[in-house]
Amino acid sequence: MPSLSDQALADPTSHPGAPLALPVLSVSNISKTFGGAKALQNVSFKVMPGEVHGLLGKNGSGKSTLVKILAGFHAPDDGGRLEFNGEPVSLPLKPGDYRRLGMAFVHQNLGLIPSLTVLENLRLVPLTSGKSLYIDWPAQERAARQALSRFGLDLDPNERVDRLTPVQRALLAIVRAFEEIEASRAVTGRPGLVLLDEPTPFLPAAGVEQLFAMVRSITQSGSSVIFISHDIDEVMEITDSITVLRDGQMAGVLSRADATHETIVKMIVGRSLSKTARPSGDPASRPVFARISGLSGKMLQPSDLHVGKGEILGLTGLIGSGYGEVPYLVFGAHAARSGTISVNGGAEIAQTALSPKSAIDMGFALLPGDRQGASGVDSLPIVDNMFLPDVSRFFKSGFMRNRAMVREAKTLGAEFEVRPNDPGLKLSALSGGNAQKVLIARWMNRSPLLLLLDEPTQGVDVGTRQQIFAALRAAAAKGMSVICASSEAEQLAEICDRVLVFSKGQICTEITGDALTKEGISEACYATAAPASTSSTLSRVAS
Amino acid sequence: MTDALSTPPATKPAVNYTRQFERVALLLVWVIIIGLFSAVMPKAFFNWGNFSIMFASYAPAALLALAIIIPLTAGDYDLSVGATLTLSASTIGVLNVWQHMPIGLVLVIVLAMGVAVGLFHALFIIYFRVPSLVVTLGSTSLMSGAVQWMTNSSTIGGIDNGLIMAAVGYRLFGIPHAFYYALAAALVMWYIFDYTPLGRKLLFVGRGREVARLNGIAVNRVRVGALVMSGVLASAAGILYAGVLGSADPYSGLNFLLPAFAAAFLGATTIQPGRFNPWGTLVAVYFLATGITGLSMLGIPLWVTNVFNGGALILAVTISQITRGREASDIG
Repeated sequence: MPSLSDQALADPTSHPGAPLALPVLSVSNISKTFGGAKALQNVSFKVMPGEVHGLLGKNGSGKSTLVKILAGFHAPDDGGRLEFNGEPVSLPLKPGDYRRLGMAFVHQNLGLIPSLTVLENLRLVPLTSGKSLYIDWPAQERAARQALSRFGLDLDPNERVDRLTPVQRALLAIVRAFEEIEASRAVTGRPGLVLLDEPTPFLPAAGVEQLFAMVRSITQSGSSVIFISHDIDEVMEITDSITVLRDGQMAGVLSRADATHETIVKMIVGRSLSKTARPSGDPASRPVFARISGLSGKMLQPSDLHVGKGEILGLTGLIGSGYGEVPYLVFGAHAARSGTISVNGGAEIAQTALSPKSAIDMGFALLPGDRQGASGVDSLPIVDNMFLPDVSRFFKSGFMRNRAMVREAKTLGAEFEVRPNDPGLKLSALSGGNAQKVLIARWMNRSPLLLLLDEPTQGVDVGTRQQIFAALRAAAAKGMSVICASSEAEQLAEICDRVLVFSKGQICTEITGDALTKEGISEACYATAAPASTSSTLSRVAS
Repeated sequence: MTDALSTPPATKPAVNYTRQFERVALLLVWVIIIGLFSAVMPKAFFNWGNFSIMFASYAPAALLALAIIIPLTAGDYDLSVGATLTLSASTIGVLNVWQHMPIGLVLVIVLAMGVAVGLFHALFIIYFRVPSLVVTLGSTSLMSGAVQWMTNSSTIGGIDNGLIMAAVGYRLFGIPHAFYYALAAALVMWYIFDYTPLGRKLLFVGRGREVARLNGIAVNRVRVGALVMSGVLASAAGILYAGVLGSADPYSGLNFLLPAFAAAFLGATTIQPGRFNPWGTLVAVYFLATGITGLSMLGIPLWVTNVFNGGALILAVTISQITRGREASDIG
């Protein structure tokens, strides 16, 4: 590493006007520790001018931590160095510092304001930070048209952003990012850097092509792009070099010439031999509890799946592959485009006829991933959160038995090891893990026939995670079926009897038995993206 | 915080004392201002006659404040309760005095009108998803216009004596019955809020609509019910108002709106702090009533009333914000 950067520094800038051989961004030995956990460890890489640099890695590999350090959201540990166009940048960055340096971010949510026009979104910074007392709208519109036409983007500056297609929105966000780095380039005279964080999962294939054309015109101007994606084919198509992160460490840097699909998957997944204890039981021998046919949603294409009695079924895939919709659709919490559910071999029920109420009556339970927004109410007591679906049970001879409710909550809290076990406290008084225990206890106490989970251990500490897993296994052993959607391969490998891997809205792999390992699941997630060139056009949907 | 640091083992009781104090703080302040006014005007202010008049004449306001806290608990605003009160009182005047309808029938019609007002709000708020603030602000103006049209903007006197007698004709402990109607309403609401599953559902719908929905609660039905109940209670407040006044006044009802909101939010800082609760609301109504009565007896000009009510509203909301913030850090 040092030799490389010395070389770059030694290379004299003897030809004025020619692009400097200094990297636009040089990251060296950046680490970040959260509590005791190392999220990033000695990560170093360079992005040269006019280069598209790919950043790959699984969920939790440290990509987002790195992005947040660059955005000035997290402070890195001491000892790391950051250089921008050869000049050391003092760490930690302050939020917004990146703008001054000439960096711009396009996150997956794009950061556009849907109710404002293209012009207002595009010129947001100049419009709101200008020093003049009035806005010269014709001049602003000219600037906007110029910016759009530079990329051959045929958009009316006065169109509202919420009337644009998803592709147009993504392109607009990138144009804005480019305008930002150009503005700082006008001041510093140095190339800038646009960081694209997962811009493609929700775009149709044609849109991805348009986006890539735009990325190429950015690099032609001499600036650089960091491209973060789960889609290996996309990364191989557009990038010049690739950095792979695994478990917070550098798994390697590849140039495009060296990169094959296979080498990249190996780097992302790793090859450790850690093998977790498999839950026993042969999935094939179980009677089917619920059969779900032709279920489709926003991203999910018509899919058939079933879960056995007492089986823990995992659902996973890359971001945007549609697996996360399944628990909500089965529970009737979101509207499906199509699909039926049949329980215990009974009649097929149309998904559209399902509501959370009827699902609960059928013995289903849903623990949503958004704990604070959809699962529990922070500002209300633990006891009320615990017995929310069955308050009526405590209504006897005209009165709520509030004291009996608290007593039972205390017993249940002790069983699920909620700490502190004081049912009168508000839910917000508990840590994330303990709050999750309360919400799991809520449903387990009703002995549901089918428990639907979405990212059940997000924001939950390791110890609690094990308790939750143990509770799930115990209940499954007694015959409760579980469908668990999760992006964490490790967790799925630990608790599931069977895992379905989704890609582009469809189930493409079923993993059982010995193949059911953390690595096996991760590999399947990436492997399924392989024949992208043929299938992507067919199955990608613009939402 | 400093208490907790100096005597670590005593942390828990110390927190509980704060809680207990918070529950009764408003009652204490109420006693203090009664004490102050009594000291200044020992004869005029501090006599049972004065208090009994105050209890009765603010009973409609109390009902109105109780009406508001039902949709507030379910997460919706109902700004139209003042206008509903006026509409209800004016309809009694028009139908009973001008059209000579029997008072019993008129009361049924007026209560049904309260239901209709609630359903009208529900249609726009829940079906068309228009913010409740906008809908009820609009319907306030709508109903005020309708009242002006049907009363020719004039006060209608001569309402059936039966209604007047029922409101202020009889007394218990020297206080006219009007007050006990408000008390009964608070009692029923206390029962519903604290001792029925419906009360829990109302609370969850207000605090976490998605959570409620995913737990099988019929969120829309609960919200419609809350809006209808506030319409009916506001109509009942109009009946009581007509009874206490003996006439139908097409204007003054709107003046009840601000004190009612002030009382609802002030009430949420006491008895059961952090929640809109009927007893707290009742205490807050009479706390504000005491302040206004005392000040006006001191001969302070009329504008002070508005300043007092507005100030109380802002102060009440501020206190409940601060309370909530502190509670979170207390436990966490």
